[in-house]
Amino acid sequence: MTSSQVTLPSPQFGRVRQAIGYVLLCLVALAFLSPLIFMIATSLKAPSDVFSVPPSLVGSEVRWRNYAEAFTFTPFLRYMINGVFVAAAGTLITVVVAALSGYAFSRLRWRGRNLVFTAFLATLMIPQEVLVVPMYIMVQKLGWVNTFTSLIVPWAFTAFGAFLLRQFFLTVPQELDDAARVDGAGPVRTFFSVMLPLARPSLAVLAVFTFISNWNSFIWPLVVINDVQKLGTVPLGLQQFFSQQSSNWHLVMAASTVSMAPTVIVLILLQRHLVRGIVTSGIGGR
Amino acid sequence: MALLTRPPATPASRPATTTGRQSRSSWWGAAFALPHGAGLVFFTVVPIAASLVISFFNWPMLGTPSWIGLGNFTKILSDPIFGQVVVNTLLFVGLYVPLNLVVSLGLAAWLTPRIKGRHIFRVIFFIPAITPVVANVVVWRLLYQPNGLIDASLQSTLGVHAPNFLGDEHWAMLAIVAMSVWQGFGYNLLVFSAALDAVPEQLLDAARIDGASAWTTFWRIKFPLISPSLFFATMMTLITSFQVFAQPFILTKGGPGSATTSIVQYIYNQGFALHKLGIASAGAWVLFVIILGVTAVQFLGQRKWVHYDV
Repeated sequence: MTSSQVTLPSPQFGRVRQAIGYVLLCLVALAFLSPLIFMIATSLKAPSDVFSVPPSLVGSEVRWRNYAEAFTFTPFLRYMINGVFVAAAGTLITVVVAALSGYAFSRLRWRGRNLVFTAFLATLMIPQEVLVVPMYIMVQKLGWVNTFTSLIVPWAFTAFGAFLLRQFFLTVPQELDDAARVDGAGPVRTFFSVMLPLARPSLAVLAVFTFISNWNSFIWPLVVINDVQKLGTVPLGLQQFFSQQSSNWHLVMAASTVSMAPTVIVLILLQRHLVRGIVTSGIGGR
Repeated sequence: MALLTRPPATPASRPATTTGRQSRSSWWGAAFALPHGAGLVFFTVVPIAASLVISFFNWPMLGTPSWIGLGNFTKILSDPIFGQVVVNTLLFVGLYVPLNLVVSLGLAAWLTPRIKGRHIFRVIFFIPAITPVVANVVVWRLLYQPNGLIDASLQSTLGVHAPNFLGDEHWAMLAIVAMSVWQGFGYNLLVFSAALDAVPEQLLDAARIDGASAWTTFWRIKFPLISPSLFFATMMTLITSFQVFAQPFILTKGGPGSATTSIVQYIYNQGFALHKLGIASAGAWVLFVIILGVTAVQFLGQRKWVHYDV
């Protein structure tokens, strides 16, 4: 860090340049955010102010009741509760099975382990769309069409979690297993009293990612849920609301703002976990 | 480095204990992997096999399926609409992937550790990547709309109307690509940022002492060092962009005409609007084969520009 300041041509020139760069960067970020700023602005406008020329951020009044109206026009609260329930239940399954298999693929020796792990990874290559049709038929045969079960169970077994947690378990020193074994602990006790507590941060990363992707899931609920009013999740509810109320832009924008808010809050609160998850899942730098 | 710190193995004492533990571990290992494995078999392996079978049948949503061999595939491959959706999807991928990579790599290079509050910028650029796609798309509908934000801004500043982005077949795909890049590049930005942070400071110092410009340093030192990350991100971005669905589905409904219908929307329409599950399955397999082909080409091409040995 210090060497960079020394080699710059002159400190003042460097500072001016840095300031200009900083202002430019802020402008880029502002331009990037402008659709979202405009969304929030529109969500507070009267219907007649939505398409004003020149565009303005504030209309003739600030209508907070747009939000109340959006919630009465459509059962948005219902969608949010459904979404939380479905996403949380799916996340629970994903994290539990992935913790077990991630442990099996990293700390335990068993015949066929590498073969099975390769098979797990291979399933990650399959695009969801290939599975949607047979999965629909399967869910139909199981009698799950138009149920929460169909939203929770079928996609909860993605191999991504096994991969992510295996990466973590591989970093745990072998001495810990050895110590546990000396103390007479078998694989089950080692797993519950040594490995799981250590893995808590990685489990959190997996949980956050899984929850968000469940929450945002669109094509599968679109296919499998008929009774949106009752069983819809947020993206599905928003899509239906939009296709019915597309002329009521102020309400649609209020609904969009509401559906974005939870994930943005999660992002702000858990940003460090999220960034680390992206990096440690092996996607990022080495 | 990790290899060096690991305690040396003691081969002499191992064999005696291994056999006993091996058999016990063997049982436990499989048991621990079982719930996940069973779920994957039931909800992924079986459906894959089933989808291949279904693609050889005339399979209506209600009613009895009948075998038609390669009928679905010949029908799809001779369907001019399918030809068009493949071209549309290739056009989307061809525009989206390079733009996404250039924007995310450029911003990652810009957001060096010297910039204060860089993590705030990274969070800002990541917002649309984790908000529901439907919400993002709805917002962009409002921007692209005649009299929407873009049109109204042009009217009041230059006095001209913006093109009807979503209604004009020449603009619609570009509009979808722009929206998608805005939404998607934050992911790669984080990946590239992390990769750039991992470049050893000494190498950059050495380059600086040798008088290398920032441009040369980037292309000669940073770029080769982060090339594995770039390769992986390119692969992931390619694979996911072939599966584009929600953006055209909601922004333009695949129109005007079928100018922006993607392969996945074709599959969706065949399966769940026209109730022809056999054709939908066959379409999905064609998409899968296209993705596999592109991935294979990437893997073969990586030797030319990806450096793992640094």
